[in-house]
Amino acid sequence: MTVSPGARLTGGAPDLAPALVVADVSHSFGAVQALKGVSFSVARGAFTALLGVNGAGKTTLFSLITRLYDSTSGQIAVAGFDARRAPGEALARLGVVFQTRALDTDLTLRQNLHYHAALHGIARKPAEARIAEVLALVDLSERIDHRTGALSGGQQRRAEIARALLHRPELLLLDEATAGLDVRARAEVLALVRRLIRHENVSALFATHVMDEIEPADDVVLLHRGEVLARGRADSIAGAGDLTSAFLSLTGQAA
Amino acid sequence: MKAGWTIAFAGIARREVLRFARQRERFLAALVRPLVWLFIFAAGFRSVLGLSITAPYETYVLYEVYVVPGLCAMIQLFNGMQSSLSMVYDRETGAMRTLLVSPYPRWFLLGAKLVAGVLVSILQVYAFLGIAWLWGVHPPAIGWLTVLPALLLAGVMLGSLGLLISSTIRQLENFAGVMNFVIFPMFFASSALYPLWRMKESSVLLHDICALNPFTYAVELIRFALYGQVNLTALAVVAGCTAVFFGGTVFMYDPAKGLWRKRPG
Ligand SMILES: Nc1ncnc2c1ncn2[C@@H]1O[C@H](COP(=O)(O)OP(=O)(O)OP(=O)(O)O)[C@@H](O)[C@H]1O
Ligand SMILES: [Mg+2]
Repeated sequence: MTVSPGARLTGGAPDLAPALVVADVSHSFGAVQALKGVSFSVARGAFTALLGVNGAGKTTLFSLITRLYDSTSGQIAVAGFDARRAPGEALARLGVVFQTRALDTDLTLRQNLHYHAALHGIARKPAEARIAEVLALVDLSERIDHRTGALSGGQQRRAEIARALLHRPELLLLDEATAGLDVRARAEVLALVRRLIRHENVSALFATHVMDEIEPADDVVLLHRGEVLARGRADSIAGAGDLTSAFLSLTGQAA
Repeated sequence: MKAGWTIAFAGIARREVLRFARQRERFLAALVRPLVWLFIFAAGFRSVLGLSITAPYETYVLYEVYVVPGLCAMIQLFNGMQSSLSMVYDRETGAMRTLLVSPYPRWFLLGAKLVAGVLVSILQVYAFLGIAWLWGVHPPAIGWLTVLPALLLAGVMLGSLGLLISSTIRQLENFAGVMNFVIFPMFFASSALYPLWRMKESSVLLHDICALNPFTYAVELIRFALYGQVNLTALAVVAGCTAVFFGGTVFMYDPAKGLWRKRPG
């Protein structure tokens, strides 16, 4: 597969393109308009929280970025590669953790990771080394030959993060990666993602509805009923108060 | 990822084999079904049916000899339907999403999964042919080799039909539905159990239905190949149907249209 000319939206050096650009994206499921003119970008090396309540459109947006289906209108580019015109190049730069768990629970962690490596064209030998590396990152090295069905919820999530990292993506998409985890496992996953950003040269778009997971210096995209109501640093969106009250007033639920 | 196509295919095939190895009952079930036909029905029908000489056979053949290619195709029919149903299951468990975030084109990913499933079904067919041999069905030695491409093509046709069905018709997402509305009609209204000329003697309508059934051509392709011959009509029909069914599947999975727009994975 080769890069088609003009596939990159930005000219210039590839490294200058943001990790993700979402430009005026709308999407409808029949009569339901799930996304309405959504625009934002994720800078390289940034942790961006996609904050929104149930039904806000987070998963729909992720499906469009991973090109499970195409948006009704608008453009999406991963590291400068248009998701529609150069899907292979875009997908090669994405690591995804889906909202619903997606490990093959009958197979071992090693088998799961080898399968994924193969799907990214990584031969078995280099895959072996990289698997050891990513499992060490998520602290699951001793579990390599366990069936993934026998792992705890938190371990499964970490395993999925390891899988998403295998092919050295430039952008991690995490869809409510902490949902269903207890306080400790939740904190571990969050700390892991933040650590990866510092040390593994990736950016992350982290969909969540839990405001506690967001730190003041994080970028936030506030999605509500398919529309972006605010974006910027968490502390600047919060202003004088906290993020929760800012969220409530932006969504028109404040007293 | 430029050179990685074969790596990706090998990975997909390996997963299919690993999953298959975990389901030994499935292997047995797939073997028992045609063996029941061979041992019980063939023994009973033997006296009822006097077959005349028909190509590719050069002599009068016993019913069990006649029915073996049809039973090979039946193994592939069940397998194709089963693996396409597992695609539906994969869609619900997220395994499909995992597959489709691979940077390789979608037609390749679907095709690789399909062919991987067919390879597994071919193992089953050879196991069946081995037992049939012990039972006295002795195709020529060359047939064991020449049947391979026929099995591959027939398997891909049946597998892509299964995929197409499972991606279009929601009601057929359980196995009972597929059994009643796809497998049984396709199998019985074909040349698997009786030659077409025999059907014509009892019902012209039935004969015409059988002649329109793509499964008939899969059976004939396998039958001729097992005797070292090519049935060109069968080859053309099976190749054409494969193209149509697989094209339809790729269309259904196209990000710009079809199924994913309507249903979340
Ligand atoms: N396949 C679909 N068909 C029809 N409507 C859909 C489909 N997928 C999502 N929707 C609708 O689109 C809207 C956004 O849903 P989406 O799943 O993207 O929200 P979300 O932010 O991920 O919510 P949650 O926090 O519950 O996961 C909802 O109104 C939902 O009902
Ligand atoms: Mg969601």
